[in-house]
Amino acid sequence: MRIKDHPILEFKRGEKITFSYNGKKISAYPGETIASALHAAGIRKLTHSQKHQRPRGFFCAIGNCSSCLMVVDGEPNVKTCVVEVQEDMVVEEQQGKGDLSAKV
Amino acid sequence: MQKCELAIVGGGPAGLAAALKAREVGLEEIYLLERDNFLGGQLVKQTHQFFGSHKQFAGIRGIDIAEKFKDKLEDRPEIKALKGAVAQGYYEDDVLGYSYRDKFFKLKPEKTILATGASEKMLSFPNNDLPGIYGAGAVQTLMNQYGIVPGEKILMIGAGNIGLIVAYQLLQAGIEVKAVIEATGRIGGYAVHASKIRRAGIPILTYHTIKEARGNEEVEAVVIQQLDEDWQTVPGTEQEMAVDTICLAVGLTPKVDLAIQANCQMAYVAELGGDVPVRDKNLQTSNPRVYIAGDSAGIEEATAAILEGELAAAGAAADILPEGSAIDRERAEIKEKLADLRRGPVGEHIRRGLTRVRRNQNAGRDRYTRSWKS
Repeated sequence: MRIKDHPILEFKRGEKITFSYNGKKISAYPGETIASALHAAGIRKLTHSQKHQRPRGFFCAIGNCSSCLMVVDGEPNVKTCVVEVQEDMVVEEQQGKGDLSAKV
Repeated sequence: MQKCELAIVGGGPAGLAAALKAREVGLEEIYLLERDNFLGGQLVKQTHQFFGSHKQFAGIRGIDIAEKFKDKLEDRPEIKALKGAVAQGYYEDDVLGYSYRDKFFKLKPEKTILATGASEKMLSFPNNDLPGIYGAGAVQTLMNQYGIVPGEKILMIGAGNIGLIVAYQLLQAGIEVKAVIEATGRIGGYAVHASKIRRAGIPILTYHTIKEARGNEEVEAVVIQQLDEDWQTVPGTEQEMAVDTICLAVGLTPKVDLAIQANCQMAYVAELGGDVPVRDKNLQTSNPRVYIAGDSAGIEEATAAILEGELAAAGAAADILPEGSAIDRERAEIKEKLADLRRGPVGEHIRRGLTRVRRNQNAGRDRYTRSWKS
């Protein structure tokens, strides 16, 4: 959900864009981070713990805690709380630690 | 490898103030590395008005301070302010490595100011890893920077200034705050913030702690419990609340990774938020090439960070430039402003922390300093 009326802030949102999350189409506004756009769409579970598969969302939202790592356009371990969402971006929940060799 | 006079890591209030001051006092080759794609650090989400004992920014909102700095920096295109530049390491030959636009760069500065800020502290309780448990800064980021509702029903943990201010900002965004709980017996934040919360009918429960979060895929409820004066839980006082979000405002800890890499002597000073570099009154660390400023030097607030940034910049400039006397006067003025800011009961624990970090200069506990030049 997005804030519409705020006593101090004015949110200037541009034209809607769409990206995909686990194959599903999600809409967002330019300038939003991937994690915040997912949050606005009601998706708070971004990944899971390696050992016990416990659901994980972000904690810090400024790129410190690494609790929001996802696969973005094929690249693993992207901090989705600080990377801006782009039109047609492909965002997927990450399995395992990610494979960098595929990218290079 | 690029050489320069001064590199500043972090484009928040301390780093921005440092860059502008360094240029003002005559340095010419200045790099400012900011890992985010915007400058201003955490100022960009501070919608509340600053106050405190100092006249410098009283009554101005953090978001507007950030804009002022950005305008001033635009008038100084000779400062190389790189957005999206992530400092990756400070190496033993005093080379600062950073990544920028998918490439790795090496920079050899004569002086470096570390203004890397802080990270939010976590709290131990069952299910504290569930989605929906956020640091207070994260809630501000979502709500004030991106305009996204962090949750519908929120419990705030911590009644210091951040807990109280963010609780009020949640109300401004139309979100229900169930309660603010605080483990100690007193509200740590300013009374003016606390009364705003109370006037809105939100209870501030002192001597209360979180027992556990409940939920499967995300937070669905929280159990809180009373503490006695010895901080032991009182049986039978458990209370379950239906919330979808738990916000932790339990303090910050300085981000000092680069200082450790730069072989700066560290000391644990609880009043300053954790491990911090030992430094002199000019904010020079035990590595003479490295200065520290802002929250990475000790958790305080933005006005202090700005002044520390200026002080560190003046120090670095005094080391580099031949004529020192004008800068010395400048430094004395900044120090006076800082002392003014930290005067009175509000500044007491900071003053104590600063005394300790200096006294620790030779005797402090240091888990990090290693010698690689043996």
